[in-house]
Amino acid sequence: MSFIKRPKFDLPGQKLNEIGLALRDYEGTMSTLCAGCGHDSITAALIQALWEMSIAPEQLIKLSGIGCSSKTPAYFVHGAHGFNSVHGRMPSVATGALAGNRDLIGIGVSGDGDSLSIGFGQFGHVIRRNVNMLYLIENNGVYALTKGQFSASADAGSTSKKGEVNQMHNINAVATAISMGASFVGRSFSGDREQLVPMLKAAIAHPGCAVVDVISPCVTFNNHEGSTKSYTYTREHKMRVTETDLIPVRSEITASYYAGDTYPVRLHDGSTILLRKVDPDYDPTRRNNALGFLERYRHRGEIVTGLLFIDQNVPDMHVQSRTVDTPLKALGFDRLNPGSEVLAKLQQGMK
Amino acid sequence: MRELPASGAHYRACFKLTMKRTDTSNPEYFHKVVDCQWGCPAHTDVPEYIRLIAQGRFDDAYMVNRESNIFPGILGRVCDRPCEPACRRGRMDEKPVAICRLKRVAADHRGDITDRLPLIPPEKNGKKVALIGAGCASLAVANDLMPLGYEVTIFEAQSVAGGLMRFNIPAFRLPIEVLNEEIAYIVDMGVEVHYNHRIESMSQLLEQGFDAIFVGSGAPRGKELKLPGRYDSENVHIGIDWLESVAFGHIDAVGENVLIIGVGNTAMDCCRTSLRLGAKNVKVMARKPREFFKASVWELEDAEEENVEIVVNRSPKEFVVEDGKLKGMLFELMEYTIENGRIQDQDVIGEEFVPCDDVVVAIGQENAFPWIERDLGIEFNPWEEPVVDKVTFESRRKGVLFGGAAAFGPKNIIWAVEHGHQAAISIHRHCQGESLTDRLPVTLNLSSRKMGLHEWSYSNSFDPVARRKMMHVPLATRFSELGKEVELGFDAELAAQEVERCLNCDIQTVFTDSLCIECDACLDICPTQCLTITSNGDKEDLVKRLKAPVVEHEQPLFVSDELKQTSRVMVKDENFCIHCGLCAERCPTAAWDMQKSLLNFPQAIDYVDGNKSGEHPCQKRKAG
Repeated sequence: MSFIKRPKFDLPGQKLNEIGLALRDYEGTMSTLCAGCGHDSITAALIQALWEMSIAPEQLIKLSGIGCSSKTPAYFVHGAHGFNSVHGRMPSVATGALAGNRDLIGIGVSGDGDSLSIGFGQFGHVIRRNVNMLYLIENNGVYALTKGQFSASADAGSTSKKGEVNQMHNINAVATAISMGASFVGRSFSGDREQLVPMLKAAIAHPGCAVVDVISPCVTFNNHEGSTKSYTYTREHKMRVTETDLIPVRSEITASYYAGDTYPVRLHDGSTILLRKVDPDYDPTRRNNALGFLERYRHRGEIVTGLLFIDQNVPDMHVQSRTVDTPLKALGFDRLNPGSEVLAKLQQGMK
Repeated sequence: MRELPASGAHYRACFKLTMKRTDTSNPEYFHKVVDCQWGCPAHTDVPEYIRLIAQGRFDDAYMVNRESNIFPGILGRVCDRPCEPACRRGRMDEKPVAICRLKRVAADHRGDITDRLPLIPPEKNGKKVALIGAGCASLAVANDLMPLGYEVTIFEAQSVAGGLMRFNIPAFRLPIEVLNEEIAYIVDMGVEVHYNHRIESMSQLLEQGFDAIFVGSGAPRGKELKLPGRYDSENVHIGIDWLESVAFGHIDAVGENVLIIGVGNTAMDCCRTSLRLGAKNVKVMARKPREFFKASVWELEDAEEENVEIVVNRSPKEFVVEDGKLKGMLFELMEYTIENGRIQDQDVIGEEFVPCDDVVVAIGQENAFPWIERDLGIEFNPWEEPVVDKVTFESRRKGVLFGGAAAFGPKNIIWAVEHGHQAAISIHRHCQGESLTDRLPVTLNLSSRKMGLHEWSYSNSFDPVARRKMMHVPLATRFSELGKEVELGFDAELAAQEVERCLNCDIQTVFTDSLCIECDACLDICPTQCLTITSNGDKEDLVKRLKAPVVEHEQPLFVSDELKQTSRVMVKDENFCIHCGLCAERCPTAAWDMQKSLLNFPQAIDYVDGNKSGEHPCQKRKAG
């Protein structure tokens, strides 16, 4: 960590977004993570995405559990709502928060330990329920806060910094999410801002639970030879299968966008995710195709990146529950709690 | 199935439309980053002395100054401050660091530094040098040559040394004691000064057997305003002559209403001097609008603070004299058409009579050499200016050199000092029979300022404090005596605040390409977004992809070699870098490091063999 405060300036030539904010208005406090941590890079990508989307800070809620990754919400959009919950329990808190106020934009930041070990159960259910949020996994393959033990996402055969070989097979976050019925699954790399920023934008715009698994090298415990989550290994073995772009509601989509294998995924709010297939064999709209592809390349040691699966028509939690369009928190006490007489009447009708 | 480089980058690489790695081993690169040092004609290591002041090491701060500009106490009061408009801080929050006034802090608070002055060898080298005029240029030459064992003789027309520093700058800006002390440092090295000795003939001087002659006689002739009535009254004065008479006490009074013609810095000195000689109503008459004034902004401010009225668009037409008594001046009222900051057209729209008792004409000055015979091989151009080499300062006659205002017309003290340094090198080379044009290169030394994981041996935290205001003597007591210094100097508290405004531009961000793992940490932490990692390209193309737009195209751009993992390049726009060191703090591999750039600008002493390793007679710094 650094001891000095990061100064803020209004520099000439500085750009403002549609709601008049500068990029630096989307920052949080200074990071206390290790220098060179992939998580900080992801934070910067989030800041970039939120700024480009002109999301008002007060419209945003940031949630996390425990771990290096879960410190992230402190480092972006200091004006947003936030909740730092119990280890692995971020999905429950997020579900509650977004149930109460469906107008909020939810961003849950988790790690491989928080999601694939202690919070594995919650991870599955927030996906099934399709809570409208970005579920971000900052995946470094180690328990860094406890000094570098293998996590559930560490690949079999990869070594720890001390040289110990990992015996167990990993839990593949993206394959797990797809098989559990996720409506949006992506994978990226903290060192590939060009891919990550548009993917985060698409994930935030997606009307459901968007799981984005980001390989995020741990410079302190997992950036050595023998690691499969280092900067070097990831750069050498990642392959893009799709490219993503988010076209906001107001923009006109010209024909030039549709060149080659590009096709649009229209969202309910009128915005469009543009998908381009880089690998012609990959089809992110078919679950079995995606899973088979991922499995094939996992054996080769390749890291498949891009938007891996999308189905924008999966009903989200509020559709499933048939809640009113008005956020519950705006309904007022009388409507939310009509009193014991109304309850008695309702129960009477069920007899 | 690996990713191939994007086709555009591949194409550019094939046809070499890419930028090469910036050559940071060329001292010019890092020198240019230190805007103040780049702006200073004598290349004073400004950030270094500001840090020393911050540590309370005033003697050291003074010596760092003296090494390059020789007169820290004098220049800390009256320098033209080319460093301040250049200062990076001015681009960050409008006002530059008060560099000049901090120099004065170092001078005011220093202890006895006489044992740190250049050492003068008791045995001389047998070479004799004559310097004409005891002004700043000649004194600088003497300062550089005395430690080398030269016998230096100065011929001065007046009874005291100092030249324009004494005669043209009023004592309320530059106290006599300060002047005397710093001149004495040089004269006491054993310089032989012949006072009241005006050189009337160059050819006679040439016969006296000097090995070299340096002309540092300044620009002592004030420009005339040849208008009707000019010579009909004794109350029309030429600015620099008038200031000289005041300095010598020959003039101690002036009329109640005074007009100053011209708006240069001399005009500012004239109007403020008038107020101290009893004038009640002083007007500075300017021919052009304010944006075309030659005076420094701060000198205009200081004059206006003393209730001097500055009247624009008045072109002098006639001195109105009745019965030998000056009544006033007639002006033409001007109107200008200004486009893009330049005057396109002008019209006279009327006339105005302004009554007054005295007029001081301060519209410029020039050098003049009636005493140099034209058949000595010293060439003059059609404007009667000597032909002088811009690097060696030698005239067309070998062994005769010019410097300061005598060489290229009036500039300022700090330029004259630099001329002196360069001329001293030439004189030494000439006397040793070596080539004058064969000069040593500027050298650069970089040394890390890392102390611990997140600790640097300089104050890297950005302090948002605004420029401290200089305190002045109250107007009521200011005019009581002619020599009462107006500026009080920074007190300890103000100085402590002002030093923290310095951005330490000499603590350079040094990049080691091979160490970078492209984690982007530096890019994300940089508070001014001056770093970018992107694919290489030609400059025009590369600049488009930077995180923050390039606004100062004159500022250096750093481009690294291709980085190991992705073949992209690290690009840094130096313009807004505040040298906070956060990039280096957040770098996990120390690819970025904060290193002090110590530049050595060769002076005469550096040309002496055997001085590189041994005791340095000039006691110059070896490390920053």
